[in-house]
Amino acid sequence: METKNIMIVGVGGQGSLLASKLLGRLLLNQGYDVKVSEVHGMSQRGGSVVTYVRYGDKVYSPIIDKGEADFIISFEMLEAARNLEYLKKDGIVVVNTQQIDPMPVITGNASYPENLPQKMEAAGAKVDALDALSLACEAGSPKAVNIVLMGRFANYLGISDEAWQEALTQCVPTKFLELNRKAFDLGKNS
Amino acid sequence: MKKLLLGNDAVARGLYEAGCAVASSYPGTPSTEITEALAKYDDIFSEWAPNEKVAMEVAFGAALGGKRSFCGMKHVGLNVAADPLFTISYTGVNAGMVIAVADDPAMHSSQNEQDSRHYAIAAKIPMLEPADSSDCLEYAKLAYAISEEFDTPVLLRLCTRIAHSQSITEIGERIEIGKPYTKDAAKYVMMPAYAKLKHPIVEKRIKDLQEYAETNSLNRIEWGSRSIGIITSGTSYQYAKEVFGDEASILKLGMVYPLPDKTICDFAAAVDRLVVIEELDPVIENQCRALGLKVEGKEIFSLIGEFSQNLLAEKFGRSISAGCEKLEQEIPNRPPVMCAGCPHRGLFYTLMKQKLTVLGDIGCYTLGAVAPLSAMDMTLCMGASISALHGFNHADTGKKAVAVIGDSTFMHSGMTGLADIAYNGSASTVIILDNSITGMTGHQQNPTTGLNIKGDPAGRIDLEALCKAIGINRVRVVDPYNLAQNAEVIKEEVNIDEPSVIISRRPCALLKTVKPKPALTVDVDACKGCKLCMRIGCPAISIKNDKASVDATLCVGCGICTQLCAFDALQGYQEEV
Repeated sequence: METKNIMIVGVGGQGSLLASKLLGRLLLNQGYDVKVSEVHGMSQRGGSVVTYVRYGDKVYSPIIDKGEADFIISFEMLEAARNLEYLKKDGIVVVNTQQIDPMPVITGNASYPENLPQKMEAAGAKVDALDALSLACEAGSPKAVNIVLMGRFANYLGISDEAWQEALTQCVPTKFLELNRKAFDLGKNS
Repeated sequence: MKKLLLGNDAVARGLYEAGCAVASSYPGTPSTEITEALAKYDDIFSEWAPNEKVAMEVAFGAALGGKRSFCGMKHVGLNVAADPLFTISYTGVNAGMVIAVADDPAMHSSQNEQDSRHYAIAAKIPMLEPADSSDCLEYAKLAYAISEEFDTPVLLRLCTRIAHSQSITEIGERIEIGKPYTKDAAKYVMMPAYAKLKHPIVEKRIKDLQEYAETNSLNRIEWGSRSIGIITSGTSYQYAKEVFGDEASILKLGMVYPLPDKTICDFAAAVDRLVVIEELDPVIENQCRALGLKVEGKEIFSLIGEFSQNLLAEKFGRSISAGCEKLEQEIPNRPPVMCAGCPHRGLFYTLMKQKLTVLGDIGCYTLGAVAPLSAMDMTLCMGASISALHGFNHADTGKKAVAVIGDSTFMHSGMTGLADIAYNGSASTVIILDNSITGMTGHQQNPTTGLNIKGDPAGRIDLEALCKAIGINRVRVVDPYNLAQNAEVIKEEVNIDEPSVIISRRPCALLKTVKPKPALTVDVDACKGCKLCMRIGCPAISIKNDKASVDATLCVGCGICTQLCAFDALQGYQEEV
């Protein structure tokens, strides 16, 4: 199988680490060769963060280049737009509609762009936008945004529900498992 | 068992399996996780040393004593540890010693882009370079075998994309290994008479290692089309395979020093066109040229930054699939910022207000250089803020200047600069930003925190007592959340004609032991929209509809902004009476 590319993007501190861990585990369990790559260091200081997940029969490069991503999973609207060049034509963007103002917007030197889902569609992406933060709160914790997004993404990946549940069990501490299962289902079915 | 492991975790696993018993490191992105992972194994004594030089000497002592040892650092850390490095090359080891050094091409989290391979050449020490996590584990183990067989420390070179990428790795069992210690002054006392005897041994060792490089499994040729022959290593190997598959022949070097001259020449003779693909400096390429080979390298590829599969494809005239169009509208940047509640913010606000010249250092607080605080004039390397301040003050610029340095950085190499100030005299004011942790690299303990790498109680250095013992009579402590106190104390100290230290003390807001206060609220009737509160660059404060607005999910109630507001519009949580 040709290598498939998934980018997970967001803002430092949003919890993309668990998402990439879950995805890595899921794909490893499926018997794929997997590479997961991220840059640490600035991740807690509110900067843009990007994680690359690649899988297939044999994966070489640990990074995803422009025009290569099959999917972008974004924790934040602006970050999806920022990385759109990395998406293949007709690639899929699963995006949390949450907006987090970056410093240039906070200080009034720039404005937060409007209608980003429509603009991304116009640029050639298929956009699935959802309010993952509200769904996470409904599941029991705003921190479950990552699993809500994974649930929604499961609709596109073509891997069985049982396999997702197994990976979830392996990656999430038992006491948070119920909450995360609920978050996953809300993301998938809402 | 197969696991998806981070490159750094795979190095740690390899060291563990090879029987590593002592590990001493100083944190530095992208190397930090190796030692953090080692600290989880009870069979290994692991520690954060005050700096890389100390760490390397600790590791050397353990190897001397007969235990396999390790020290890890980022590329610039190896500059600090270069002194022991060059002479451990002469003494050699007893039990094996492995030094990991992580380069940071593209400077994701560094102040320069130096290529550590030069150290291997200069110190005449073998260097291995893994290309994925599986290599990381295997090479870490092999490094010990090479270390003991050739009586040399071994460098393991990583780069950000290897250190911070996860790939599938087969893990194994640990072996226990140790050697007896016997006194051998001629081997370990490097005074001229003995060192002169060792240098020829070092030169012979490199010749022997060159032989080894020709035959071992670290360097391998993957034959494909012979129209192009690529010599490469590390992450560049992965990009080359991604682009060419078997449409090129590839000599993958796992050992980047010494190089296998014969293998390289044979490979060159078997291909039509020889290209070296290496990030940063032309180390392999220069060796090819020295061998008289016709080779292409840096006339195609940059000396600067990282490579990628698209970059390679482009350089070889291959097509790249176009993706979605870039959005026409400009996307605002999202630079890293000091966190909400960061104790550094209040201090830097005061430095900005007083228009001081600020000589900075390495840590989260380097973010004090960016707008709107913009309160930094220089950042060079670990500890340089203090020594450079001493020099700056002797340049008689007429500017009032201070040094700012974190607690961990001060212990690393700030103390010696302070000793110079005390000894040779300058009316310098040094501000130690004591946030009770090594922050930038992700919360590691240090000698001032009272905890060790495992989080257990440990010796604790008292910063006030230390500064006084060095000979600084004026040592004062301020709370960076208290702007009035900061302003008063800093003003006083920069105007006094003797050396002084101000300790700005407040734990990092991200520490688990720091409990956030409830978020502030805005009295929109009181707020005049003057934007004074925006001058501290807090990510939790913005202007909405011409009034200040506080993001309750970010605000930790530090209250710095309330001290700026002239209209009491920002209100802290009031406990009910």
